[in-house]
Amino acid sequence: MMIKAPAGKLRDITRHLLWLIPLLFLVLFFFIPLGKVLLVMVSRDGIVSVPSILKPLGFTIWQAALSTLLTFIVGVLAAYLFSHFRFIGKRSLRLLVTLPFILPTVVVAAGFNALLGPHGWLNLLLMNVFNLTTPPISILNTLCVILLAHVFYNTSILIRVVGSAWSALDVDLPEAGAVLGASPLQVFLKVTLPLLKPSLLAAGLLVFLFDFTSFGVILLLGGPAFSTLETEIYTQTLSMLNLRMAGILSLVQLACTLVVTLLYARVNAKRATTLKPGKGIEPQKPIGSTQKLFIGLSILFLILLFISPILSLVIRSFISFDAASGASRLTVTNYSGLFTNARQSYFYVPPVRAALNSLGFAMLTVALALLLGIATAYAQKGLPRIKKWIDSVIMLPLGTSAVTLGLGFLITFNKPPFDVASFPVLIPIAHTLIAFPFILRSVAPILASIPHNLMDAGSVLGASPWRVWWNVEAPIVSRAALVGGLYAFAISLGEFGATSFLARPDLPTLPVAIYRFLSQPGETNYGQALAMATLLLILCSLAMALIERIPLAGNREY
Amino acid sequence: MKTTKRYSLVIGIFMLVLILAACQPKTTEIPTLTIMTHDSFAISSDLVKQFEEAHNVHLAFVPSGDAGAMLNRAILTKDSPQTDVLYGVDNTFLSRALVEELFIAYKSPLLASIPAEFKLDAGNRSLPVDYGDVCINYDKAYFAQHALAIPASLQDLVSTDYGKQADGKGLLVVENPATSSPGLAFLLTTIAVYGEEGYLQFWQALKDNGVVVANDWNTAYYTNFSASSGKGAQPLVVSYASSPAAEVLFASTPTTEAPTASITAVDTCFRQVEFVGILKGTKHLKLAQQFVDFMLGVDFQEDMPLQMFVYPVNQDAALPEAFTLYAQTAEAPVSMDPALIGANRERWIQAWTEVMLK
Repeated sequence: MMIKAPAGKLRDITRHLLWLIPLLFLVLFFFIPLGKVLLVMVSRDGIVSVPSILKPLGFTIWQAALSTLLTFIVGVLAAYLFSHFRFIGKRSLRLLVTLPFILPTVVVAAGFNALLGPHGWLNLLLMNVFNLTTPPISILNTLCVILLAHVFYNTSILIRVVGSAWSALDVDLPEAGAVLGASPLQVFLKVTLPLLKPSLLAAGLLVFLFDFTSFGVILLLGGPAFSTLETEIYTQTLSMLNLRMAGILSLVQLACTLVVTLLYARVNAKRATTLKPGKGIEPQKPIGSTQKLFIGLSILFLILLFISPILSLVIRSFISFDAASGASRLTVTNYSGLFTNARQSYFYVPPVRAALNSLGFAMLTVALALLLGIATAYAQKGLPRIKKWIDSVIMLPLGTSAVTLGLGFLITFNKPPFDVASFPVLIPIAHTLIAFPFILRSVAPILASIPHNLMDAGSVLGASPWRVWWNVEAPIVSRAALVGGLYAFAISLGEFGATSFLARPDLPTLPVAIYRFLSQPGETNYGQALAMATLLLILCSLAMALIERIPLAGNREY
Repeated sequence: MKTTKRYSLVIGIFMLVLILAACQPKTTEIPTLTIMTHDSFAISSDLVKQFEEAHNVHLAFVPSGDAGAMLNRAILTKDSPQTDVLYGVDNTFLSRALVEELFIAYKSPLLASIPAEFKLDAGNRSLPVDYGDVCINYDKAYFAQHALAIPASLQDLVSTDYGKQADGKGLLVVENPATSSPGLAFLLTTIAVYGEEGYLQFWQALKDNGVVVANDWNTAYYTNFSASSGKGAQPLVVSYASSPAAEVLFASTPTTEAPTASITAVDTCFRQVEFVGILKGTKHLKLAQQFVDFMLGVDFQEDMPLQMFVYPVNQDAALPEAFTLYAQTAEAPVSMDPALIGANRERWIQAWTEVMLK
């Protein structure tokens, strides 16, 4: 039997205290508001029918599973590409692939429509080339477009989470396998896959939960024929005014999230394979025509899938149609129009102000999420027995309806100084609930894989614990935290659901401002919404490029 | 030694008094009147300033999502209301607001200038502010190019003239009544015209004719409608009678002719009336009443059309030129008792969903 050293006891206490940080945050800003609103909702009158729970539940699981599978196929391929090869424009491509994440669905729907709609560019092109009278592509309002949009939104999670783990793999292991005579497939299945398992599972869980609670994609692109738990909660709350049904649907959704995360914890429970940091994979230039062809085709595929809808939207923002003649021309009026308050409206907010609001909220979200995510990752490392529960509880906000949580915030924080009017920090707090699991999911697998003997070696050699942490662990952790931080940033910039409940009229975010434009008819309203979306894209690319360049120890190109 | 102690005691007491004084609410502070609205609420800056100066008050507007979201918020927070006035509940939601007993009755003197047809709450707990007609809009160019007659009644819409095209879709796009307020208004129009016994048959016929359903107004107008900037495939859309005016005002190149127009024939439109009410629990009753008077007064009523694309209910309010030229109103819109809507909305929407989406 081992005797615990006093230092170990101290470390345990610190870890329990660390665990308090996320716990307190969740209780205050998640469990209390959610519990309060669910109690009120469920205790009201309303008809509850089991078939109208089961039907959306079945479809929700089905589409989320399919979407996750497809995202994995595209994502693992892309992660391989980014972690193993060097090619021109890699940094930009990786950045562009992340951009969908920040786009409000209402804008993505416009982008998809401009590209794939009945009068979209792709259809017009095909009709011209093949002399067709009807548009050949008709995927709007099909399951196909839901899946496509989910892949479009979520593939970058795999690229970032799995890609960074893959590039940190000990290159000797697969090589050893190859030398011992294993085929590339065998090496992948027997060596690489088990090593990547923690990050694959982590990414898979995030993607599944995002697909599971997807709202805008289903509502705007999928159309009325499809309903998921999330869209049913919305309908029952806002149109049917059947709060009881909405409350029960929210509970079902929460229960599913809990089951999924517990399953994840079970599969992930086996101790993660440790890997030696330091000697990761060095991306290579492609050699030979097969590799070059593979890379060329993959890049083309990624550009088609990710860049073309975004590009069509950007181009569209520079075009205006003349209603009388039907002619179109290039123009910047959509942009110049953003800066004039044509109707002297009291609610007019210059786009620069909206952009600054968005940026401010996003930075606060990153700071909060980093604090909570890293604290949780460390707390969890020291408490393996309750890790499973910590894991599951923290993922719950991802599986919570934005409508329900938004209403919960409103009825809980409704007195100064903690009401929406005097406490604008509620918005970044709501964003943090969704963002900090990302930090945790990117940091925890890396932290778990740092071998103990590495840290012990440092101590044995006489370095202080802080020094060991700073020199050994910090570089590895900060890289992973950076990936999560990027997502926290992107999530905050693009979030619309909860924000629309909490935004003050004088402090709108960019997505809220875009939505304002799109809710009125008229050419310039549409054009200005797209112009603002383009500004959001540019702003986000710049910010993310900057974040990626923050000089951190161990932050190297992968 | 002793004197220093005494001095510190005096200073200490002095500080304490100062601190206590700082904690007292300032009596000279101007009060804040909080108004909960839906997201589409808009008003000119000048008018806000004018009211604030005239009544020595600060106005705080709280946009709370669409009309449904706002109503839910008001219902869920009615035990600890932080808002004084609620604007934007329409006649399809009115009965719920009244059943929940959200409002204090107020008989504004300005009600005298408002025609009786808008006063749907006899108890004056909610007062009409504006109205708008949900009508079918059409793409003028499309109908001219195809030499197609413009539908003149709901029954015309099931004609094969507007039926399935080569892509299997018809010429009309409507919104899902479960997720969209104009969608619900159009469903109510069909119920008023065909009655409980006939409306589902009519919808079945529309479905067979290839009607397209979108979840929200945004998608229907910007993705499906052919005359909007989205350049969709359907030349007929359920929108508002005032939408053509917005198309002129927000045209990218100055124009005097709208690319769209509304079908305003008898029994094809639904009139939405929006209401304002003073919330129970307000601590500024007098100010709230003054604000309600302000909303019903001529200045605000004349500001509304170009800010929110709705019509004033006050007879004395003049319409802006853009409205008299391009905006239309329904000839004889259908109307329905708000209590009837409140009692049946869920059932009607569900029955519609069964027919159209299953």
